[in-house]
Amino acid sequence: MSAKTLYDKLWDSHVVRQDADGTALIYIDRQLVHEVTSPQAFEGLKLAHRKPWRTASMLAVPDHNVPTTNRAAGIADPISRLQVETLDANCAEFGIVEFKMGDIRQGVVHVMGPEQGATLPGMTVVCGDSHTSTHGAFAALAHGIGTSEVEHVMATQCLVAKKSKAMLVKVEGKLGRGVTAKDIALAVIGKIGTAGGTGYAIEFAGSAIRGLSMEGRMTLCNMAIEAGARAGMVAADDTTISYVKGRPFAPQGENWDKAVAYWKTLHSDEGAKFDATVELDAAQIRPQVTWGTSPEMVTDINGRVPDPASAPDAVKRADWERALQYMGLQANTPITEIKVDKVFIGSCTNARIEDMREAAAVAKGKQVAANVKLAMVVPGSGLVKAQAEKEGLDKVFIEAGFEWRDPGCSMCLAMNDDRLEPGERCASTSNRNFEGRQGQGSRTHLVSPAMAAAAAIAGHFVDISKE
Amino acid sequence: MRKFETLNGLVVPLDRANVDTDAIIPKQFLKSIKRSGFGPNAFDEWRYLDHGEPGMDNSKRPLNPDFVLNQSRYKGAQVLLARENFGCGSSREHAPWALEDYGFHVIIAPSFADIFFNNCFKNGLLPIKLDASIVDDLFKAVASSEGYKLKVDLEHQLIVTPDGKEIAFEVDAFRKHCLLNGLDDIGLTLQHVEEIKTFEAKHRAAQPWLYA
Repeated sequence: MSAKTLYDKLWDSHVVRQDADGTALIYIDRQLVHEVTSPQAFEGLKLAHRKPWRTASMLAVPDHNVPTTNRAAGIADPISRLQVETLDANCAEFGIVEFKMGDIRQGVVHVMGPEQGATLPGMTVVCGDSHTSTHGAFAALAHGIGTSEVEHVMATQCLVAKKSKAMLVKVEGKLGRGVTAKDIALAVIGKIGTAGGTGYAIEFAGSAIRGLSMEGRMTLCNMAIEAGARAGMVAADDTTISYVKGRPFAPQGENWDKAVAYWKTLHSDEGAKFDATVELDAAQIRPQVTWGTSPEMVTDINGRVPDPASAPDAVKRADWERALQYMGLQANTPITEIKVDKVFIGSCTNARIEDMREAAAVAKGKQVAANVKLAMVVPGSGLVKAQAEKEGLDKVFIEAGFEWRDPGCSMCLAMNDDRLEPGERCASTSNRNFEGRQGQGSRTHLVSPAMAAAAAIAGHFVDISKE
Repeated sequence: MRKFETLNGLVVPLDRANVDTDAIIPKQFLKSIKRSGFGPNAFDEWRYLDHGEPGMDNSKRPLNPDFVLNQSRYKGAQVLLARENFGCGSSREHAPWALEDYGFHVIIAPSFADIFFNNCFKNGLLPIKLDASIVDDLFKAVASSEGYKLKVDLEHQLIVTPDGKEIAFEVDAFRKHCLLNGLDDIGLTLQHVEEIKTFEAKHRAAQPWLYA
């Protein structure tokens, strides 16, 4: 038998049928559901008098529209409220487990799933959300789907798909001080571009990846989609297995032993062939900061805003010019001279306990700078929040002048009330710096949690590797 | 789903790379629990000068005269000409819903983001990948000739320019079949119920913890 990649193994073990042209039906083990991309799917199901194939494979949570303050008052915006109530009603009707807004287990879907052990190695995981790539950190095949596909998986437990190509992103060596999984993700995107991974499933490997915690691996796989790859993944190892152990949805007893034996096979075989390979030296990666309106518009903290005159082609030059104008930045400005108005620490990329700890370590005993109007920390779930409070991190943040909020997607995409005003500049631990992403006219700089906390304290970006 | 029929459609050029789905349909419109009515808010932040929110009367909002879709010569366009990595970012199917509702049938670009590309086919929209140089030529042709139309024939996988030049394009056979016949995937997949059940039984035996 020829050597297989991790992606081959995950794909092959889920093919229900395959046509000669490669179009396959793939069996789905887990469907995560949130309120934004599911109502039309439930409606379609009902109109066709269909029922979900296997409700036990589904797990639902409202996250995009939920408020991060004063939850007792409910959701003020009637349209947002209706969307969350629609999810509640659909889950009740079909008997789908849902962690509602008042539940301590409620949180951002991609934080909640792994935290519950609902994401397991070897699974296929889908959700109507592009950041479903996050779950690939567990050696799972996980990717975002559209609402028609959400309905398709509900009705058939399968997805119509064609196999992607396989890309290996290998990061060897030791990360420098203050350099995190977020910086690896941004450095990879800076290198291959936001379309570099289009058509590929990316496996992240190498000693720097093996050295990451599960939180770090989730951050990395989360941003595979920003490199254009629907799925990112990391091989299963002891780090994976010990993270999963004992979680509510994780296997137990005899099943646990069987599962672990299988999970240990979830890695690319020696000599497995990839369609493309990208290599990075971990020691060369510096803390990253985006300067433009696409995640590929990124440089390191010691860099400068680029000059469009030096762009490689005319299309890029026009893009850079437009980005600089939108961002209100001058070419050649040192990144460390860029002042921020607001700071957002949260999102499915960086709102897990390790992220809270890294940001708190920077904020401890310091004060948010006078020019920063708002610095907010939004934990990824009620359980992350509770754990952080147990460790006293909430006090660290509050004493430093940060706001400590309730869990949800919040200002990553600003569907709730958390948003930037036009022209405001934000150091954000989220995943997209698109025009208008954090509110109309918003200016987003993507960074790691420690970099965001440091920007809040200094009022501008600083090199945390030198602090 | 509507059937895809051969059309001779007016082309509108959107000359930007990496147009993301946040730009195609901003997040505030995603609060809708419906599948229709997103067309007036397609490209909302570029198209209007004010800030759009659900429930507004869009016909009374100030249009951005600089945005290409607002120029009278492109009124009624059915073909959207775009640059690389069109539809990147969020998986929101509201993006193809908005484009379809606006009146587009075809999007031509050098490359598309995977999820968006996939979502188009579920909504009667045909995304066509062409070489960057061909796309570049089309941008020039559209700019220099008002009322520029392209004939798009999915059956024969051909685009025909006004001067009769034929440009062939690739399309996945299964997706082409579904588009031409207006078929939705669920019905087709359910023809394989027995195979799914057989797989499921085998899968359950091999990995019982997934069903515990």
